[in-house]
Amino acid sequence: MNLTPDAAGADVHVALERVDMAFGDRQVFRGLSCAFAAGKVSVILGGSGSGKSTVLRLIGGLVRPQAGHIFVAGEDVTCLSERQLYGVRKKLGMMFQGGALLDSLTIYENLAFPLREHTSLDERAIAAAVHRRLDAVGLTDVDRLLPSQLSGGMLRRAALARAIILDPVIVLCDEPFSGLDPVSVKRIENLLVQINQRLGITIVLVSHHIASTMRMAEHVVLLLQSDDHHPGTTVVAGSPEELRQSSDPRVVAFLTDECDDGDARAADVAAGST
Amino acid sequence: MGPAAAVQELGWYALRFVDQLGKLTVFAAQILRALASPPVRVRVFVQAVFDVGVLSLIIICVSGTAVGMVLSLQGYNTLVRFGAEQSLGAVVGLSLIRELGPVLTALLATGRAGSATAAEIGTMVATEQLDGLRMMAVDPIDLVVAPKALAMTVAMPLLSALFITFGLFGGYLVGVGLMGIDGGTYMSSLQSAVDFRDDVLGSLLKALVFGGLVGLIATFRGFTSAPTSAGVSAATTSTVVVASVCILLFDYVITALWGV
Amino acid sequence: MTRSPLRDFIVGCFVLAGLGAIAYLSISVGGLSYGGPGGLNLYATFDQTGGLKPRAPVVIAGVKVGQVTSITLDQNARARVDLDLDKSLKIPTDTSASIVTSGILGDRYISLQLGGESEYLKPGDEISFTESAVILERLIGKLIHNTDTAPAKTEGQ
Repeated sequence: MNLTPDAAGADVHVALERVDMAFGDRQVFRGLSCAFAAGKVSVILGGSGSGKSTVLRLIGGLVRPQAGHIFVAGEDVTCLSERQLYGVRKKLGMMFQGGALLDSLTIYENLAFPLREHTSLDERAIAAAVHRRLDAVGLTDVDRLLPSQLSGGMLRRAALARAIILDPVIVLCDEPFSGLDPVSVKRIENLLVQINQRLGITIVLVSHHIASTMRMAEHVVLLLQSDDHHPGTTVVAGSPEELRQSSDPRVVAFLTDECDDGDARAADVAAGST
Repeated sequence: MGPAAAVQELGWYALRFVDQLGKLTVFAAQILRALASPPVRVRVFVQAVFDVGVLSLIIICVSGTAVGMVLSLQGYNTLVRFGAEQSLGAVVGLSLIRELGPVLTALLATGRAGSATAAEIGTMVATEQLDGLRMMAVDPIDLVVAPKALAMTVAMPLLSALFITFGLFGGYLVGVGLMGIDGGTYMSSLQSAVDFRDDVLGSLLKALVFGGLVGLIATFRGFTSAPTSAGVSAATTSTVVVASVCILLFDYVITALWGV
Repeated sequence: MTRSPLRDFIVGCFVLAGLGAIAYLSISVGGLSYGGPGGLNLYATFDQTGGLKPRAPVVIAGVKVGQVTSITLDQNARARVDLDLDKSLKIPTDTSASIVTSGILGDRYISLQLGGESEYLKPGDEISFTESAVILERLIGKLIHNTDTAPAKTEGQ
C-alpha cells in the first residue's frame, strides 16, 4: 500500500515499527509503521481523530504504545524508563498546539527555564541565548509579558523559540497552524523552513492544513484509519508530489475533501496575495 | 436494574476505588522520591507556601476568632448553669486545640488552597504545560506537584496554630470582656487543662496529617484530571469533597488511636 | 523561578507567626516549661485512688509542683502512684500525700503536706504517709445508713 517505504536514501531519524496504540477501548493505531528522515521537514496528515498528535506524543515518550517499537535518534523509547527518556528528550524540542508555556512565568523566564534546568550558563549567557531565539522567531519586547498577554500567532512563535532553545536535533510541532490567520500561518511556515535549512534540524509536524503542507513538506505521511476493506492503520508516505499523483481513492478523497476546508482555502488565497 | 446488575455496579465501584487508591499510593511515593532527590526547589516551594499559607491567612485568623468567640459564648451559657464558669478557659482551649483548630483549619484550607491547587495543576494538564515540562526533560512531579504538596503539609500546622491562638483570643474577648469572667481565671483554667504532649503536640500532629492529606489529594486530583475544562472543574470539586471527608475520617482515626 | 524579595519576606513573616503561635501554645498554654526530664521521682501507695488519673497535678499549698506519671497495682493490691516532681524541691521524709478533689465534682489531684524532718526524700523513695481518696457516693451512703460514723470520717478531710 505504501508508495515509498520512507524517504529513500536519507538517514532515518525517527521510526515507528508496527505500533499498536489504544486509549482504553478506543483503538487509535494498529500496526502503524512510518519513518521520518534526518534533516527534512516531514508532515503527518490525517483526518481529525486519526491520531496524528498521538504520533508526536509517542515519539516524545509522553504515551507508551501497547505494542511495537519507536526509534528516536537511535534509541528505542518504548524500552526506556521515564528517567532514561529525559536523555532522549533533551535532543527533542516540542511545540505544542496551545504553546504550553508555563503561564505563571514571563516569556523570558519561559525560555530561560530549560537553560537554567539543563545548562550551567550564567545569567548573561542565558539572556543572550534567549534573545537570539526570540530574534530568530521575530519577537521583540516580549520579555516581561506573560503568555496570556500574547496573541495566538505570537504565542506559537514563542513556543517555537522555546522548542529550539536547547539546540535540539528534532523539533516536533503539534498543529502549529490551527486557529491562526493566514498571515501568521505563512510566517510560522517560513520560520519552520528556516530553522530546518539553517540549523539542519529535523522537523516533524502534524497538520490538517493541506495547503501549507504541500508547500513546505519534503516528506508527507498520510494516516488513514482502518475500515472494512483496509484492516490496520494505513500509511501513505511520499513527497507531496507523489501524494498528489496517487491513484488511491482514499488519498484522493482525503486531499480533495480537506481542500474544501474553508480554513485551508483562505490560507491559500492569502498565500497567493503575499 | 436487576440485583445482578446492582452487584456488578457495586463491584465496579469497589474496583475503581482500589484502583484509585493504588494510583494515589504510587503518586505519593513519586512525590516523596522527588522531594528526596535533587534538585531542591526552594524558590518554587516558597512560592507554594505563599499561595497556600499566606493567602489563607486572613480567612484563618477571622474564622479562628469567630469560632473562639462563639465557643466562649456557648460554653459560658452552659457552664454558668452549673456554676462552673471558671472552667471556660479549659472548655474553649481544649475544644480548639484538640478538635476544632486542626479540623476547621484543614477544611478551610481545603476550600481556599486545596481547590486552587487542584485547579492550577488541572489547568496545566489541560493546556499541556505538564507535557511541555516532560518534553523539556523536567519532571512535573518534581517541579510542580511536590513543592505544592510539601507546602500544604508544612503550612497546615502553622495555620492551625494561628487559628487556635486567634480562637483563644476570641474566647478571651467574649469570656472576659463580655461575660465578666476574671482574665486570670480564664488563663489559669486554660493552662491547667491543656497539656503540651497530649494536647498541643497531638493537635500539631493532626494538622500535619491533614496537611499531607489535603496536599496529596489536591495535587493528585489535579494531576490526574481530564485535559478539559470540565475535567478541571471536576478535579476541583472532588478535591474539596474527598479531602473534607478524609479529614473528618482521619480525625476520628487519630483521636481513637492516639487519644488526641 | 524568579526571586521576589517582597514575597519571600511575607512568607518569612508567615512562618515566624506560625512558629510563634506554636511556641505560645506549647510554652504558655501547654506548660512545656514545666515537666522536663530528670525530675524528682517519688511514689506513694494508696488504698483508694478514686478516679485519680495519670497527669493529674501534684500541688503543695495549691501550687502545682509536678504530676502523676503512672498508677499501678502493687503486690499487696494497693495502688502505687508514681509522681514526677520539680527537681529543686526538698521533700522531708515525714511528708504526707493525700488525694483530694477540686470542688465537689472536680478532678482529683494530689496534695502534699510537707513535714518537719530535716532529712529529705531521695529520688525513688516512697512517701509513706498517705491519705486515700474520699469517694463521695460512699460517704453519702454511709451518712444515710450509719449516721454516727459519718462525722468522724469527714473530720479527716
